[in-house]
Amino acid sequence: MIGESMYQELILEHYKHPQGRGLREPYDAEVHHVNPTCGDEITLRVKVGDAGKILDVSYDGQGCSISQAAASVLHELATGSTVEETLSVVDEFTRLMQGRGKVEADEEVLGDAVAFAGVAKFPARVKCALLSWMAYKDAVVRSAAT
Amino acid sequence: MTYDGFDVEKIRKDFPVFSRELPDGRPLVYLDSGNSSQKPNQVIETMRDHFALHYSNVGRAMHVLGAESTDAYENARDKVAGFIGAPSRDEVVFTKNASEALNLVAYSFGNPASTDPRFTLGPGDEIVISEMEHHSNIVPWQLLVQRTGATLKWFGVTGDGRLDYDPGLITERTKIVSIAHQSNVLGTVNPVAAVAARAHEVGALVLLDASQSVPHHPVDVAGLGADLVAFTGHKMVGPSGIGVLWGRAEVLEAMPPFLGGGEMIEAVWMDRSTYAPIPHKFEAGTPPIVEAIGLGAAVDYLTGVGMEAVEAHERTLTAYALDALREVPGLRLIGPDTLEERGGTLSFTLEGIHPHDVGQILDDQFGVAVRVGHHCARPLHLRFGIPATTRASFYLYNTTGEIDALVRGLHHVQKVFA
Repeated sequence: MIGESMYQELILEHYKHPQGRGLREPYDAEVHHVNPTCGDEITLRVKVGDAGKILDVSYDGQGCSISQAAASVLHELATGSTVEETLSVVDEFTRLMQGRGKVEADEEVLGDAVAFAGVAKFPARVKCALLSWMAYKDAVVRSAAT
Repeated sequence: MTYDGFDVEKIRKDFPVFSRELPDGRPLVYLDSGNSSQKPNQVIETMRDHFALHYSNVGRAMHVLGAESTDAYENARDKVAGFIGAPSRDEVVFTKNASEALNLVAYSFGNPASTDPRFTLGPGDEIVISEMEHHSNIVPWQLLVQRTGATLKWFGVTGDGRLDYDPGLITERTKIVSIAHQSNVLGTVNPVAAVAARAHEVGALVLLDASQSVPHHPVDVAGLGADLVAFTGHKMVGPSGIGVLWGRAEVLEAMPPFLGGGEMIEAVWMDRSTYAPIPHKFEAGTPPIVEAIGLGAAVDYLTGVGMEAVEAHERTLTAYALDALREVPGLRLIGPDTLEERGGTLSFTLEGIHPHDVGQILDDQFGVAVRVGHHCARPLHLRFGIPATTRASFYLYNTTGEIDALVRGLHHVQKVFA
């Protein structure tokens, strides 16, 4: 059935055991994003070190399994990577989510985030998956501006 | 399930949508009528017939089609008036929905075009609503107090989802009390008679948002105690695009026009106009003609079934659902858990599972259509400290078997997230 393909084991696992959740110091930028259609929200902080290395992505928020798991996966993928690398992952993830289920996911680039491919078939839920990723992109831009 | 000839299986046959399957062969279990109801053949055919054979503009065309359209449109007004027990057909104003009806009343206040003291509004004057209102009975009043400097006050809601009625909140300064007849989230039916008696004591008007009551109970506007009542067609087996404002004739006559345009005038000069008598004073422009006629057919359909029978059937469903949901572990009902003064709308949370996940799995796996979110009543959800709920709402075509499907679905949702 359609629904079970959206609720991949990896998504449920991240929802039940979120990685890196909780807001931490120090940080360079903090953003707060909401999804007005469903009330999901996230506060997200980034700490960027030398050579654009992402030292920490910390977050707190509330929402459905898709939005919360997406934040957890983002934390794992971004931490220890660089700004440049992660922004290309964000772009690929956005392309996948906005592809209405017709875009082939690049697993090389996306890693675990490929588990969200099924969400793209549900337009109402795409924003849930993108909430934390858009917040991250915003935070990185702001951290560079400071 | 039969009450004096009420046969739910026979009723389901009137609604073509119940003969379809969802993708992957899932049956449709439609538990979202509080959001919008399905339509019977009688409404679909009446509208089709009018579009096909009788359509023209109303109230102005001097030809056969114009006469037929006008007759059908005005006949729908008669039917609606009869359905809600309006003392006069002229008290039934067609709007595009309940929101427009509520806004129409809100815009009557603080308008220099009216000198009636009941509709003057300024700093020091008060408007009373409640915390359980739909956004459409909150935001128009917020906009009104921004325009006029009046004060907005509201009744709270008790932990078990009842109106926390405090007669003292209605004072000599209150100009209008506007509350839901039945909550679209809690299912609670409010004590209209008591509120209206208190409001009238201080000379305030009473407006009811009856969007969730008129479709489900026999409603007699003349006996309610309210001065004005708003409701909508699409929740009562009629089409969208048509709503109703009922008002006591004397109150409607005292209200200034809302929208200006054709049909609402008596005579127009370049610098001023005089207005048509009610109800046309409030029906500027070409109205939703076929939608009104469709609402007339909806009213005929519901009358044919009998509103007492509709109410009794929904009461049986609600009793069954309350019992069934009590058995689901981790389920918290938001609203009264008894049948007293409540309708067939049940909202709840499942511990640790977001309503969007509940709704998605119910739909994908079981074809169960519920509504998830804040149901346009965000302040009420804030009151209960939750961002959203899952809501099942029943109508005349629902069965206890569909409630069983909902409960099976909820158990499955819990298994997925266990």
